[in-house]
Amino acid sequence: MIPELGSFSLILALCLSVILGTLPLVGAQTKNLLWMNLARPLAAGVFVFTGIALAILAYAFVVDDFSVQFVAQHSNSLLPTRYKLTAVWGGHEGSFLVWTFMLTAWTLAVGVYSKSMPLSFVSRVLGVLGLLTAAYILFMLGTSNPFDRVIPLPPADGADLNSALQDIGFIVHPPTLYMGYVGFSVVFAFAIAALLSGRLDAAWARWSRPWANVAWAILTIGIALGSWWAYYELGWGGWWAWDPVENPPLITWLFGTALVHSLAVTEKRGVFKSWTVLLAILAFAGSLLGTFITRSGLLTSVHAFASDPTRGVFILAILGFFIGGALLLYALRAPLMKSDVGFGLLSREIFLLANNVILVVAAASIFLGTLFPMVYQALTDDLISIGPPYFNAIFVPLMIILVVFLGVGPLSRWKRTSQAYLVQQLSKVAVASVVLGVVIPLLIMLQISIAATVAVMLASWIVLSIGKDVANRTANKSDRLSGLRGLTYSYYGMQLAHFGIAVMLIGVALTSYFAMEKSVLLAPGQSTELGEYSFTLNGSSDIRGPNFVGDRAEIVVLNNGEPVATLYPERRVYLASGTPSTEMAIDAGFLRDLFITLGEQKESGSWSMTLYIKPFVRWIWLGAIFMAFGGTLAAADKRYRRLRQRRSVSAEQQQSVTAGTQVTPVS
Amino acid sequence: MMKPHRKKRLGIILFIATGLTIAIGLTLFALSQNIDLFYTPTQVAAGEVTPGDKVRIGGMVKEGSVDSAQDSLLVSFAATDYAHDVIVQYEGILPDLFREGQGVVVEGSLGAGGVFIADRVLAKHDENYMSVEVKKALDQAGASAANHPLMPES
Repeated sequence: MIPELGSFSLILALCLSVILGTLPLVGAQTKNLLWMNLARPLAAGVFVFTGIALAILAYAFVVDDFSVQFVAQHSNSLLPTRYKLTAVWGGHEGSFLVWTFMLTAWTLAVGVYSKSMPLSFVSRVLGVLGLLTAAYILFMLGTSNPFDRVIPLPPADGADLNSALQDIGFIVHPPTLYMGYVGFSVVFAFAIAALLSGRLDAAWARWSRPWANVAWAILTIGIALGSWWAYYELGWGGWWAWDPVENPPLITWLFGTALVHSLAVTEKRGVFKSWTVLLAILAFAGSLLGTFITRSGLLTSVHAFASDPTRGVFILAILGFFIGGALLLYALRAPLMKSDVGFGLLSREIFLLANNVILVVAAASIFLGTLFPMVYQALTDDLISIGPPYFNAIFVPLMIILVVFLGVGPLSRWKRTSQAYLVQQLSKVAVASVVLGVVIPLLIMLQISIAATVAVMLASWIVLSIGKDVANRTANKSDRLSGLRGLTYSYYGMQLAHFGIAVMLIGVALTSYFAMEKSVLLAPGQSTELGEYSFTLNGSSDIRGPNFVGDRAEIVVLNNGEPVATLYPERRVYLASGTPSTEMAIDAGFLRDLFITLGEQKESGSWSMTLYIKPFVRWIWLGAIFMAFGGTLAAADKRYRRLRQRRSVSAEQQQSVTAGTQVTPVS
Repeated sequence: MMKPHRKKRLGIILFIATGLTIAIGLTLFALSQNIDLFYTPTQVAAGEVTPGDKVRIGGMVKEGSVDSAQDSLLVSFAATDYAHDVIVQYEGILPDLFREGQGVVVEGSLGAGGVFIADRVLAKHDENYMSVEVKKALDQAGASAANHPLMPES
């Protein structure tokens, strides 16, 4: 009976979201105050009923209601409760419910934190989000209802959650990723609302910016968590595989990054409006593409859910309707988006444009590499795959160019910057970066490596230009501290995020070029050397968990005779499904990770295993944390909260405001 | 004479166009260099694969064919589409989901004597789901789930 209440709750949410997707939109067009005022309560209603449905599904998992098919397929009575709860997103149906719930939560948040915006605008935003929610719930009820029963004979026990998913990474990665993904629907809805109202001005950009920043920050964390999880769970020591399902979040992230920068130009200078709107649509399209790829069964991948063609067609229809409709509206409204404000060939606008072009090109080439095998198969019926070398060959040079611009952009000024000024500002920074790039790797490794030199050079370039910019901005103050206090949150946010790029860059480059690995067969008591470490297998013992049995090996790691760590890699077999699973053992460190995966035991009692040394691997995720923190800080800037007094500042007035605060004095 | 703002606009357009052209050129070049073709065991048996080329092969791990050395990490097994077999040799640790009677995709090249030397062995993530590659190999060889009770339902 209770699962039926879940279905019923979803149907109610559908009805409410259909009303939310129509009346407020019509009301905004016809200036019907009553209908517009419906938007916020309806958004709350949709949120509550979707939330009830989600809670009921979670309840069905906790009480082991295996008459519900989704529960029977993804849980087991032996499964620990935390995994029963999170098994809600362990398969297609439940994860889509979580996805939809996230959307309703974002919608409610917009309803609550939009007091400063005109009612007609808010009703349009909520209306668009309501339409999207309605489409998602319809999809769920039509093709993948998580509350479907197994009739007439429910199984005595469930099939268990995929063993690779029984892990902390699975508890945190999917919800964060979904939250970030879905956040771009909000920015999309803002863009559509602006197109509908015909008011594409600096105010619209200012309203969108905090939402775009937060969505971007959460998506950054979501992707980083996925990378971290893949690193320690999948057992081959990689942190990014250019897997067709990893790529859509990255594509969305790249569009989102471009969008965050383009919104800055639109807010401050009133230009790039049409481009910004297009990016908002593209970022949203990227998130729908991700859904489509994982849920249609088009691709073989770690993430793919079992395939069902009708689902693919349905998602394609949603994608076509929303993206097609958005682009049509975009084309109709294009004349509105002209701007008369000019800027010089050497100006901050141009550097941000370069940033956007590079990010969009990177996103487009990843998109091409991801979809090319599918298109190729459809045309020729031959199966091919595009490997990591393609993606690296494209992505690495583009990011190097991007980082070069990244050093210049923040130091340049809006409208016009003289070449002499940039040279004067950056020549020392450039020289220092080159020197550091050559010297640091040489001192540490006592050898010349082009990869390490380039990486350190680029990272120094970022960090030193940040230092230079901060120094400039505090130079005219009585003392540095009050100068630092005078800088805005959004400024700190930007520099923190850029610093995160430098940290990540070091991590990516050094891990990629200097990682070591070795597969060996060790008998108890036997040792092997890798790098400066020696690994000794002490022995192995039997272990037993709540829903698995297995073996655990004990390996002592020494560095020049000094003990460094004792590692316990495991090999488990999950009882319900009989699936084997390796549990890595990692000794994490700021400068390097030691990492062991256990293979199998031979008849002689010796174990096969792979040993890895991963220098600076933590810096990849540390960089992402800096970036996400920067994005959040920028969204918390005071000026987004001061809007109540100044409802509609036009682009022109806005410029006079920015002219006073943004131009840096020459030091 | 061109007006200054036109000139600037032209500059921007040229800048974008040049960037795009370079990017597309590089992309297509990189794509053409990095296509891994996929073959079925039957195609390998028919000699369609040039030894030394990097390719992917998909099939089922033949029951009873897995032979792992006791004193090294060498493993050999037969990948089959139930019409033809390919002997695969791999040095390393097999993925968790690698099992006899289950689908597998191997990446590597054909060595001397028709033995496939794998650099990478991929087993699928979910036992209820068969990869596109494996499914295609079986379909082409005329096998179907009904004839082979050991195969999972797809």
